[in-house]
Amino acid sequence: MDLGHYFALIIGVIFINNFVLSQFLGLCPYIGVSKKLDSAIGMGFAVTFVMTLASAISWVVYTFLLNPETNVFGGIDLTYLRTIGFIIVIASLVQFVEMVIQKTSPVLYNSLGIFLPLITTNCAVLGVAIMNIDKNSNFIDSIIRGFGAGIGFTLVLVLMAGLREKLEMCNVPKPLRGVPLAFIMASLMSMAFMGFGGLVLK
Amino acid sequence: MKIVSEFTKGLYRENPVFRLALGLCPTLAVTSSVENGVGMGVAATLVLVCSNFIISLVRNLVPKKIRIPIFIVIIATFVTIIEMLMQAYYPSLHKSLGIFVPLIVVNCIILGRAEAFASRNNVLYSIIDGIGMGVGFTLSLVLISSVREILGNGSFYGIFILPTAYKPVLMMVMAPGAFLTLGYLLAFFNWIDKSGNN
Repeated sequence: MDLGHYFALIIGVIFINNFVLSQFLGLCPYIGVSKKLDSAIGMGFAVTFVMTLASAISWVVYTFLLNPETNVFGGIDLTYLRTIGFIIVIASLVQFVEMVIQKTSPVLYNSLGIFLPLITTNCAVLGVAIMNIDKNSNFIDSIIRGFGAGIGFTLVLVLMAGLREKLEMCNVPKPLRGVPLAFIMASLMSMAFMGFGGLVLK
Repeated sequence: MKIVSEFTKGLYRENPVFRLALGLCPTLAVTSSVENGVGMGVAATLVLVCSNFIISLVRNLVPKKIRIPIFIVIIATFVTIIEMLMQAYYPSLHKSLGIFVPLIVVNCIILGRAEAFASRNNVLYSIIDGIGMGVGFTLSLVLISSVREILGNGSFYGIFILPTAYKPVLMMVMAPGAFLTLGYLLAFFNWIDKSGNN
């Protein structure tokens, strides 16, 4: 397989079609967890990990259980169970990651606090799983898209957290403080990321 | 009346988008035209009312520790039903909303209401709460998509209303315009709230 294809896929999903800034996926944690740099980094890597695993497992579930052409039930069409199946996969995966982090790194667990269970309802995770199926990606492509999307999410989350930490010192008009200003910054970042649209990767 | 206040709180006081900042992904992604905004709002409202109804019915049977997975499966069931109905009766709307139809499952408003309201209140109040929140969500989508469609395309619900001399600001229907519109609308509502308190 040629590496150029994977490179184009990963750059495309990080910069050109960034999940947060151009596809509007994963906005709740993007606004909610971007107040502190440390928790942004932790959240970013937790999401990347879950997204990579969720892409892989949901691809397997879809191909071998739901898709009538390839499943083990010999052609029974179960594709209507896609949404329910994927959300169950993701929910159990998040539970598992939460247990692992709690055992291995209590510090990280404390700083991520209530946001870990929220990865379940992070639309970027379910979004990447569904997108892999919609685009008929193969197994390797799915994993790479999941990983790249997670890295893209981490990148903009960390950028945003850095900006918001600096803004703490600024005198912002009261109605704009907090979330409204975060959205206006997101708008400017999204404009900057549109510049990557000029990249042509084959 | 408690029923009336349960209904009206979703419209402004606890508006899911502008006050609680929930359900932001579909709010921004589908609001490039008013038609999409209304479609998404109605679909989410139907799911919200149905899931609030069922969750409130089973609230005493569900063990506390596994309540979230159970709620999500209930919500996912209704989302699948709505998706199939939309595919059958409104295929063009289904196509333009795309991936955001199955993503209603992870709309924080729906799980948020299940957790904060439907699992603690009786069936009647839960349905009223679902309708109020859903209508509040739909109105927010209509407001954001009106701003974006009028400025970015010069039209409202597909009908051109601005003079032809007006040059549409294309950015407003693209990603940056969505963030910008929501940012300023949130600030606007904060400002109104503050002046109301004084």
